[in-house]
Amino acid sequence: MSRAETSRLKQIKANLERRALILDSIRAFFKREGFLEVETPLLVPQAAPEQFIAPFTVNGWFLSTSPEMHMKRLLAAGYGSVFQITHCFRKGERGQLHNPEFTMLEWYRVDADYMGIIEDTEKLVLAVAGDLGLGSTIRYQGKDIDLTRPWPRVTVSKAFRKTADWDPVLRHDPERFDLDLVDKVMPGFSANRPTVLLDYPAANASMARLKPGDRKVAERAEVFIAGLELANAYTELTDAAELEKRFREVIEETGDSGGHRPLPRRFLKAMADLPPCGGIALGVDRLVMLLCDAAAIDEVVAFPRELA
Amino acid sequence: MSIEISEVSRNTKLLIDGVPFAVEDVNFVKPGKGRAIYRLKMRNLIDGNPRETTYHSGERVEEVHIASHDMQYLYAESDHYVFMDNESYEQHSVSKDMIGSKAQFLKEGLMVTALTMHDNVIGVDLPKFVELAVVESAMTTKTDTVTAQQKVVVLETGATVNVPTFVKERDILRIDTRTGTYVERVTKK
Repeated sequence: MSRAETSRLKQIKANLERRALILDSIRAFFKREGFLEVETPLLVPQAAPEQFIAPFTVNGWFLSTSPEMHMKRLLAAGYGSVFQITHCFRKGERGQLHNPEFTMLEWYRVDADYMGIIEDTEKLVLAVAGDLGLGSTIRYQGKDIDLTRPWPRVTVSKAFRKTADWDPVLRHDPERFDLDLVDKVMPGFSANRPTVLLDYPAANASMARLKPGDRKVAERAEVFIAGLELANAYTELTDAAELEKRFREVIEETGDSGGHRPLPRRFLKAMADLPPCGGIALGVDRLVMLLCDAAAIDEVVAFPRELA
Repeated sequence: MSIEISEVSRNTKLLIDGVPFAVEDVNFVKPGKGRAIYRLKMRNLIDGNPRETTYHSGERVEEVHIASHDMQYLYAESDHYVFMDNESYEQHSVSKDMIGSKAQFLKEGLMVTALTMHDNVIGVDLPKFVELAVVESAMTTKTDTVTAQQKVVVLETGATVNVPTFVKERDILRIDTRTGTYVERVTKK
């Protein structure tokens, strides 16, 4: 073993020990809440059509970018509320907060909507911080963060009007949306409290249900803590025809219709039986970063891409 | 060669509007379901100025192969200086404009570092310090740049510098090529 590797692994050992405790704590939380832990394949015949998430290909198959479609097939079969901690793979995503292979915690609660899922998230993060003996205030990168429930909520419309002077719900401009979110909206969030950004424009709905009574927005919420985008929740869309329409649009927009990203037929077929539910994907590496006061994902992962 | 922005990393060299840049830092930002944003911190390899540019996933940039060579200054001709690559013994002509005012410290045989792109010299770095002999120290004290403690001398390359009054002809001086100023007397005659 090289000296550089030994020294690096020794340096992050305390973080990785804490990481193991965090995984135990997450599992204990969901078992208390009556969720079933499930496993779904990493090697899959189709990746979910997403415009800006690129899968790795392996002999014509794909490494899973998200366990969402398989977990929903279990839900459609009547498994009830389920959770999973799994690896996901996304090509090209590498930076201080990204590694192309990362750990996702994903859960679905039957009969919950996106706000019910956000409440799960608040309770989960507090429970994990409690199990680590940190209490309800954590210190991250020199700032105290108060995790007490409920976390402040702000709609996309309000947050953008306040800091970026436009309303993405009324005007469709995806390029500006991403830039302004990063440059203007996120820096405007409280440094000492988590922020729940909710009600995304219908164009950014992905697999979320449109809000009954206001179809301009989707029931989608994202959790931000200390500038880290931690999790993305939906009231799940249960309309199979609408889902197929959205998938086709993505496949058309990405110009990737040559069979590389075929429609996930088994998934779409199962969606006819998906019970009303809410779901969320939470970046475990980022949660570990927060709870270890680590500035970079490389401090909480034993073997990031360049060192794998 | 055209490459995808995702393939750019620290030390990649890019050609932007015909100008070579060295990438010093890549900041990757990606809002969950959104498009990836790459913020590149770069340095202009010609004038040394910093530049920051934002790219989106899928965009393509032009990578160039930039190499650094040790070269020796040979001589000047009309609007060019001629250098020789110490490894290949190949001679390269470099326009006087590219070197600018530092050229006044070029002495035959001086070793420089030259950057090449596709075999063309695109930049020449002189050593930070050069040692040059004084050829004329009898300049008048009438010019207003001269103070009681300073005078102007002419060096063997034709450059003029302000020096302390004790400096004599044939003294060897150490000159800072970045500022064009006298540092110290190395030997006195």
